[in-house]
Amino acid sequence: MSKDVIRSLKGVAVRHYKNTEDYVTETMPEPDRVYLPCVQHMGAPCTPVVKVGDLVKVGQLVADCEKPFSSPIYSSVSGKVAAIEDFINPQGIRTQSVVIEADHQQELSETIAPPEVTDTASFLKAVRSSGLVGLGGAGFPTHIKLSLRDPAKVDTLVINIAECEPYITSDYRNVMEDGPDIIEGIDLVRKYVGKIENVYIGVEDNKPKAIQRLQVLTQGKPYIKVFPMRSQYPKGAEKVLIYETTGRVVGDGMIPADVGVIVMNGTSIAFLAQYIRTGIPLISKRITVDGSAVTTPKNIQVPLGTRFVDIIQFCGGYKQEPKKMLMGGPMMGITIFNDNYPLIKNNNALLCFGEAETKAIPESACIRCGRCVRACPFQLMPAAIDKAYRARDAEKLKALYVGRCMECGCCSYVCPAKRNLVLTNRLAKGFLREISSK
Amino acid sequence: MSQVSQSDQTRQHLVVMPSPHIKDRATTSSVMLDVLIALAPTIIASAFLFGPRTLLLTAVCVACCAGFEYLFCMVTKRENTIRDLSACVTGVILAMNLPVSFPIWMAVIGCFAAIVITKELFGGIGQNFANPALVGRIVLFVSFAKYMTDWNTSGGLVVASATPLGMLASGSTELPSYLQLFLGLKGGVLGETCILTLLIGGIYLVWRKVITPTIPLVYIGTVFVLCFLLGADPLYHILSGGLFLGAIFMATDYTTSPVTEKGKAIFAVGCGLITVIIRLYGSYAEGVSFAILLMNIITPHIDNLTRQVPFGGVQKK
Repeated sequence: MSKDVIRSLKGVAVRHYKNTEDYVTETMPEPDRVYLPCVQHMGAPCTPVVKVGDLVKVGQLVADCEKPFSSPIYSSVSGKVAAIEDFINPQGIRTQSVVIEADHQQELSETIAPPEVTDTASFLKAVRSSGLVGLGGAGFPTHIKLSLRDPAKVDTLVINIAECEPYITSDYRNVMEDGPDIIEGIDLVRKYVGKIENVYIGVEDNKPKAIQRLQVLTQGKPYIKVFPMRSQYPKGAEKVLIYETTGRVVGDGMIPADVGVIVMNGTSIAFLAQYIRTGIPLISKRITVDGSAVTTPKNIQVPLGTRFVDIIQFCGGYKQEPKKMLMGGPMMGITIFNDNYPLIKNNNALLCFGEAETKAIPESACIRCGRCVRACPFQLMPAAIDKAYRARDAEKLKALYVGRCMECGCCSYVCPAKRNLVLTNRLAKGFLREISSK
Repeated sequence: MSQVSQSDQTRQHLVVMPSPHIKDRATTSSVMLDVLIALAPTIIASAFLFGPRTLLLTAVCVACCAGFEYLFCMVTKRENTIRDLSACVTGVILAMNLPVSFPIWMAVIGCFAAIVITKELFGGIGQNFANPALVGRIVLFVSFAKYMTDWNTSGGLVVASATPLGMLASGSTELPSYLQLFLGLKGGVLGETCILTLLIGGIYLVWRKVITPTIPLVYIGTVFVLCFLLGADPLYHILSGGLFLGAIFMATDYTTSPVTEKGKAIFAVGCGLITVIIRLYGSYAEGVSFAILLMNIITPHIDNLTRQVPFGGVQKK
């Protein structure tokens, strides 16, 4: 199969604001208290395995769950369990949170030791124990992703370093600072998972230094191809990235492994290598802190469970009164309603904005310009979906395949009438679920 | 505790809103402003070709279209929408469809038909079933045929008493040259004659991504090919009449043309076909307005038949 065929899904050229790309990662010291929510992944919530008053050390297990779709949670500090309290995450899921008061000794747990990995089963066991979930944002447990139904079928590994969201530079810093770990992680996955022949590292071409560094690092490894992509949002969306790099189409209800592909985020795969080497589970995360309300934008390595208010304080405090805070980038990030939230595994950025960026622009009537239709990477027709949803026309919504919308936000971004098309798509999907459950 | 450490001063009640949190700069009014900018060279050329009365007619039409929209919104207690500039675009395009000697009070009636009847009564911007300026033109054409076909000029560069297509239909032997047609040295309505400035406007719109080139190219191409096949002079036909004005500025109206490129192509072929049939076999010398109007009306059906195939294909039932 020719890899030189030019193929590309549509998208939008967003303004990037990669202000922090040259900021070397600083390590944030542990705060006085960390808050570890029991849901930091896509799947069943964990149950705390510690009690109030217990002494814990860095890297000690604090919550776990036996269900396959979950991932263990480890303490990021040494100290005492101060409370186990109710917690509602920004998506509205009610769960528990383990609060640990740090003693600032940062004593490592004696359970930490490099895992013994000899075959696929022990590798997957180690991946689960590492607490790794998709660090790009989805939070999908990595051991599930790597447990293949048909290992012989999976021949391609795609590493996602597109970093197509504006502002965020944490994956870029990962390449610049921990580049060799990415290659080491690739070799580990290649060794133990599937029959991987080709590895593509997808990077948007607005990061030439990262591309150059990866090309140097992959010399002598012909199976790894650094794959520069035109800088166009959302190149980092899983199905888009797979199509760009391999030309394979992940259809409705399919997962990437069905077309022989595994996609892993660049930071996830680097962490995997670090874990296999050191045995220190996922207890901290590199994030980009930026936005008009932050005094000193930074890239920082933050202990998991650190509240955003503490992170902002480490970044010099607020420059102006914050009005909007985002977990993630501005295209798909989630707004949070106070800054008391703790950092969880799949956060990769914390953005704070003042009044100017917060004003909602009023919607006006659709002028049928077709920009949304031309922008949609999945070739959906957002304006038609909008109209069908307003009429609550379930048949038409199905015929327009609203269920395939990945909510990337391109349609809302380009709409000159400033219509919240993504929101309508979400509501329309919910409406169809409601209808079919009746 | 009297003293609270700074990190405990958390910010509550931050704004929660749906993603995305950044938006493109383009707005409805910036899009409409681009159309006005694209029309500017044609207005200026027209003022030279037909004299200063061009500017008076244009100003009256813009003022009336905006005024009618303002009044309609006020009377019906709707949100005032004149700031989106779409009424101004309608006004300019309608003016560009009038001959230079056209009476002002009749132009006002055209504006009323365009804005109140065609646009606002059907729900305002984005809801009209046909291009408002086009309906305004057709209303004037069937109501005041004598004035709408008065091609006598004074005050500008053009000295004419008939349009090139009219001359062709009447069997005149002294037809204008291709260069005269291209530069607009011929009789006609204000905005249709100078192909050069219409082309500049069209290229500007494509460059600014306001329109895609599909409709103008396919429409003009269809007319060219059909005229060639039917034995008429294809170059003379595409350079005459309202084809460029219609193909670039009227057939591309968002509301009344299909959304997908495939739909646009079908729409444009239809426009071209009807135009040529009217021009060569109909009782009118010119067919662009009726062609676009008819295709406007079937646009919803074209839209239904030309949905994009989503990524991942369609499900077979």
